[in-house]
Amino acid sequence: MPKLVVDGVEVEVEPGTTLIQACEAAGSEIPRFCYHERLSIAGNCRMCLVEVEKSPKPVASCAMPAGEGMVVHTNSPLVKRAREGVMEFLLINHPLDCPICDQGGECDLQDQSMAYGVDGSRFHENKRAVEEKYMGPLVKTVMTRCIHCTRCIRFTTEVAGISELGAIGRGEDMEITTYLEKALSSELSANVVDLCPVGALTFRPTAFSARPWEYKKTESIDVMDAVGSNIRVDSRGAEVMRILPRTNDDVNEEWISDKTRFVVDGLKTQRLDTPYVRENGKLRAATWDEAFAAIAAKVKAAKPERMAAIAGDLACAESMKALKDLFDKLGSANIDCRQDGAKIGGKGRAAYLFNSTIAGIESADALLIVGSDPRKEAPVLNARILKRWNQGHFRVGLVGEKRDLTYPYDYLGAGASTLGDLVAGKHDFLEVLKGAKNPMIIVGQGALTQKNGAAILAAALKIAELANAVREDWNGFNVLHTAASRVAGLDLGFLPGEGGRDVEAILEGASKGDVDFVYLLGADEIDTARLGSAFVVYQGSHGDMGAHRADVILPGAAYTEKNGTYVNTEGRVQFGRRAIFPMGEAREDWTIIRALSAVLGQTLPYDSLNALRDAMAAALPHFDAVDMIVPAHDLPSVSDADLAALGDDTSPFAVPVKDFYLTNPVARASRVMALCSAEFGAAPAQAAE
Amino acid sequence: MLDDKDRIFTNLYGLDDWRLAGARRRGDWDGTAELIARGRDWIIDEMKKSGLRGRGGAGFPTGLKWSFMPKDDRQHYLVVNADESEPGTCKDREIMRHDPHKLIEGCLLASVAMGASACYIYVRGEFIREREQLQAAVDEAYDAGLIGKNACGSGYDFDLYVHHGAGAYICGEETALLESLEGKKGMPRMKPPFPANCGLYGAPTTVANVESVSVAPTILRRGASWFAGLGRPNNTGTKLFCISGHVNNPCNVEEEMGIPLRELIERHAGGVRGGWDNLLAVIPGGSSVHCLPKYICDDMLMDFDSLRAVQSGLGTAAVIVMDKSTDIIKAIARISYFYKHESCGQCTPCREGTGWMWRVMERLAKGEAEVEEIDMLLDVTKRVEGHTICALGDAAAWPIQGLIKHFRPVIEERIAMQKRGATVAVGAVAAE
Repeated sequence: MPKLVVDGVEVEVEPGTTLIQACEAAGSEIPRFCYHERLSIAGNCRMCLVEVEKSPKPVASCAMPAGEGMVVHTNSPLVKRAREGVMEFLLINHPLDCPICDQGGECDLQDQSMAYGVDGSRFHENKRAVEEKYMGPLVKTVMTRCIHCTRCIRFTTEVAGISELGAIGRGEDMEITTYLEKALSSELSANVVDLCPVGALTFRPTAFSARPWEYKKTESIDVMDAVGSNIRVDSRGAEVMRILPRTNDDVNEEWISDKTRFVVDGLKTQRLDTPYVRENGKLRAATWDEAFAAIAAKVKAAKPERMAAIAGDLACAESMKALKDLFDKLGSANIDCRQDGAKIGGKGRAAYLFNSTIAGIESADALLIVGSDPRKEAPVLNARILKRWNQGHFRVGLVGEKRDLTYPYDYLGAGASTLGDLVAGKHDFLEVLKGAKNPMIIVGQGALTQKNGAAILAAALKIAELANAVREDWNGFNVLHTAASRVAGLDLGFLPGEGGRDVEAILEGASKGDVDFVYLLGADEIDTARLGSAFVVYQGSHGDMGAHRADVILPGAAYTEKNGTYVNTEGRVQFGRRAIFPMGEAREDWTIIRALSAVLGQTLPYDSLNALRDAMAAALPHFDAVDMIVPAHDLPSVSDADLAALGDDTSPFAVPVKDFYLTNPVARASRVMALCSAEFGAAPAQAAE
Repeated sequence: MLDDKDRIFTNLYGLDDWRLAGARRRGDWDGTAELIARGRDWIIDEMKKSGLRGRGGAGFPTGLKWSFMPKDDRQHYLVVNADESEPGTCKDREIMRHDPHKLIEGCLLASVAMGASACYIYVRGEFIREREQLQAAVDEAYDAGLIGKNACGSGYDFDLYVHHGAGAYICGEETALLESLEGKKGMPRMKPPFPANCGLYGAPTTVANVESVSVAPTILRRGASWFAGLGRPNNTGTKLFCISGHVNNPCNVEEEMGIPLRELIERHAGGVRGGWDNLLAVIPGGSSVHCLPKYICDDMLMDFDSLRAVQSGLGTAAVIVMDKSTDIIKAIARISYFYKHESCGQCTPCREGTGWMWRVMERLAKGEAEVEEIDMLLDVTKRVEGHTICALGDAAAWPIQGLIKHFRPVIEERIAMQKRGATVAVGAVAAE
């Protein structure tokens, strides 16, 4: 543990700590541009120079390891002069077009120039101008502003796992470019904008639309995938302007996917802002009373066993809890939250959670992926796998369709038969898992939605057992979900009850006329053509597949417009918070169901959000442990009978995310997502192969 | 003046056969196995005793540098820096052309001293014939069993690879050279870690100059005391000087360290064009050091410490002579352009500063500036110097500092002329 003195303050730091970290530990702020704690050290901006006694030259504190007995000065005249010099050099070729720069107000160069620079320039030559570089529909470039910190290059290479960004040229002619001027083919590409300390890389979709100080900032949770990335929703007036990541080392570190970030414009289009009732085959705008009356008439006429409810991928826990309670009161067991038909749930919580936790990926030393493409299903989680892979000694095996995951893997096979081989010990990779200290298995929805999904789940559990992946100190069995609502739905038991119908059976029943009434809670990923002549209620925020088919539309709030609870794939309960009010007549979803229950004469026993949350937590204590993980230890044991249905099917597992940019109603309403989808194609399979 | 019997590079001018037979006739590869048999500690000790200082420019004691290599089981590498690009310097080129076996034998002995089983020679991209010649010599040495498995019958296994760069000055910086050798962009690395601990492919590596390595076999054969007996204390031995510019007979010559500059120029290079009194200035060590006006040159000794005492440096011992026909401002501006062109662009002060300094220099050459800008330029050079990852920033700053230190009146006069409206004729430039 080296001990050193920084500005007269003695600090003791871990061995291997850099000087910049030691200075921060001592309370001395060090300005920097290129240094970023989640990226490798470049040491090229020279802004972090400090004076170390006995060193003849100022030292770049980001790259120098803290040493025993060092005496560091961060405010000496030498340091001040060095900082002024670097600031001056950075600014001589910087256009200083702050008034028309989108970074203005949140620009490191601007801030540090104010704090550490001088007020004038001695540079009387012409400034450098650099041509713009096309980097796709999301990242706008003004390369004249670039200060060559190379954060973007390091991010794309190290975190996003694509080697598409680099520097060409030498000296003052050095330029950051994709060279071929292609769009960055990463789902995490826009994080380079957050990292860019100047206005060289800015958001193309929101260019010139607002200033950072105009925003109201609301801390919330993303629902585009099941990772539950922590986000900050920036709104102005009644409009969500942009979404930025929030740091949470356990979940998304400080990255978010491009879908999470740029789905914003989808929140403003295709919105359901008033109730609708279908009359003579056409939807007509109606009042809430009319809509409820139409529903009440049908519900009273329908028998409980001929009614059904399906919860969609973006539903918050509160609305699912309310709808489940309503259907319980109505006496119907036909409820399901698994639109994709995944054969999961009801067998113990640990059997459907990402038990190792996302941060836990970093302690794993072998990974088997079964029927999942984490790069498309959970890009931020995939970045964590790449992070682990970059640390070395990490074998990855894949069963499923071959995809470019940004890291190399052993391709084991396409489908269930390979899994059977693994269970039977006929495959070498089982030895890799057995030899690992902390083996990990990720089962994706591509496998679980197969007809024999239950057997596949059992096989995965069996492999985990064989590899000793589930122990007191380590749980290597993981399910990667794709829907933000899924784990909460499974926790709440939004599943078919005794003799109840699952999604497949509901659709089957509706098409045959056995189901008369279907309540879609934001469910759009089903084949609505199979709903037959059933009376369909659609509650949701966007006019998508479900609303198109609906007989009554109840306008709900989008995820930025309500306080909602979401449980991510790890089982982490997190609160999304309301940034703006719902559009028009739309209401927060649980209140709609609560109001409807009164009309139906089945009044639900909660009048406030807190009462509803208390009710959830009373039944499920982990809903009280917000932002935390309550480990589940109830993995079911596997019998040979469970494995019997595995079969020797060699056909590949399904690919749940066919088009990363268009997975939900909000994304499908977004123009930016449509542009991305066009740019990158529906499924760029095996780009790297 | 150096006696012929004390010359190391006896085929410097290519008058004799450069191939193995010729090299053997001149004494190379004589008793190499015996030298190896005396062990790495002996070699390092001898090198330390000889007082040899690195010939690449920095003048770090060679034996000490070799001794930094850890003694462990990891793969060790010797990398020879043959990316000779310092303006005015052409000594390594001649060694590779005419005496390649000195280099190859040196590589073997230096590798033994470091416990390196493999050596890379990184040859400057523009040196095409030199590379071919060197490769041919390496092939000869392999065929003769001098290197490769059981090199020289000593039981030591040693492999030698000739690698050629793409022609970038910065790749002569040792860590940029390693990056380039690894196939990456030639950009200097941060230190620490130093190459002796974490160099090529993360393994302990020593990067050495061609000349330093090439003189090692002769030093080991003739004894450290012989080498140490030449030159002056702390600046021992012989050195290749490259004399160019306004002299009657530009040449490379091997001379004793500490030879007076005037003697060097007059005896070997036929004197300054138009006589010694026509001398304006000399850049004594390649373009990167301070230039020296005539009054300092009069009794200057050519070695590390003497030149350092006048804030210049021996550098690569490339003596660039400028007579009074030279436009010294334009000459230094041309050097500034070189550094602006060769800056790798990695770190801020050098990337931005070299271009700034060059542009101001160009204006000073024409006199289109204010007198205050001389001090501003000097301040800018001080803000580049010592603030960069590698020494290129320093190298870009020093020539300008030297100019301002010794020729400020010339610059002021130029500005005054421009203000008077007199035609400023920008003179011929030595470097072009």
